[in-house]
Amino acid sequence: MTTHDFTEAQVKSVLSRIPYAKLIGVKPLLMGHELTLVMPYSQTVIGNPVLPALHGGAVSAFMELAAILQLTLQCGYSKLPKPVGVNIDYLRRGKPMDTYARALVAREGKRVANVRVRAWQESFNEPISLLHGHFMAPRKDG
Amino acid sequence: MTDSPKFDIEERRKKLWTIAPMFTEGTPHGVALGLKFVAVDIGRATISLPYNAKLIGDAETRVMFGGAVTALLDQACGLAALSALDKLDALATLDLRIDYMRAATPGETIIAEAHCYKATRDIAFVRAIAHDGDSEDPVASAQAIFMQIKSGSNDYEADRIKASENIAAAGGGMARE
Repeated sequence: MTTHDFTEAQVKSVLSRIPYAKLIGVKPLLMGHELTLVMPYSQTVIGNPVLPALHGGAVSAFMELAAILQLTLQCGYSKLPKPVGVNIDYLRRGKPMDTYARALVAREGKRVANVRVRAWQESFNEPISLLHGHFMAPRKDG
Repeated sequence: MTDSPKFDIEERRKKLWTIAPMFTEGTPHGVALGLKFVAVDIGRATISLPYNAKLIGDAETRVMFGGAVTALLDQACGLAALSALDKLDALATLDLRIDYMRAATPGETIIAEAHCYKATRDIAFVRAIAHDGDSEDPVASAQAIFMQIKSGSNDYEADRIKASENIAAAGGGMARE
């Protein structure tokens, strides 16, 4: 079941099932049918206070979260999908400012799904990080 | 590398043990996650992440979020890379690959062991595994590449001291909210 028609309430309901999302302060931004996640700037996500730079791990986790959220909503999963393997490229230093992420389901298979995620700050065309990976589709209930 | 005349090996070990705890536990995100420094040697690093309810990725299963394991592996790989490179300067992760072999057992501390198997002048190639007690039964594995970058200063220790001052100035426990 693929749908791009989901509400903010549905997004928030999935987010509430992921306690980790609260740790990095993730918020949804729904524009039409396009879901963008925001990781607002906070000290919590800083990895190098001298540069300063966001922690690569926080950016990765944020992108993984975007993938899981997009898959769950778009594919209508009742349970959360699990990551199998992900690749992350770090293209630019994460500046101390808000970070955005948007996920694209490249293929929705019966057992696995392939997802690509882009994280950016000042401009969508200048991503700070890119993720691609496979996630296990949860088994259907019953 | 061991017979490089550029540095004294015992001196380097001592220096690593001085900076590694702060490198691991002293960053705001490290504090937020609860990362714990375990050990460091030239080209090797071990870091742990105790189980915590705020790190849960699925309220139903209470399994730790995959992204938290990713952050732990990234940090362990970074420390292993740092310890293998000539200069103790700031590092940038170029890329990271994570394989999730199984769900971490809820309640268990995750341990990441990283090994920098090759370091050129400014690039470090690192492998790591994450497990919850038995390294023969890993939770995840990682492969990463790091590059040394020029921070404002070349004096790493001065940077770290400045970093810890910044952390203290920002309230230290800012991650606990």
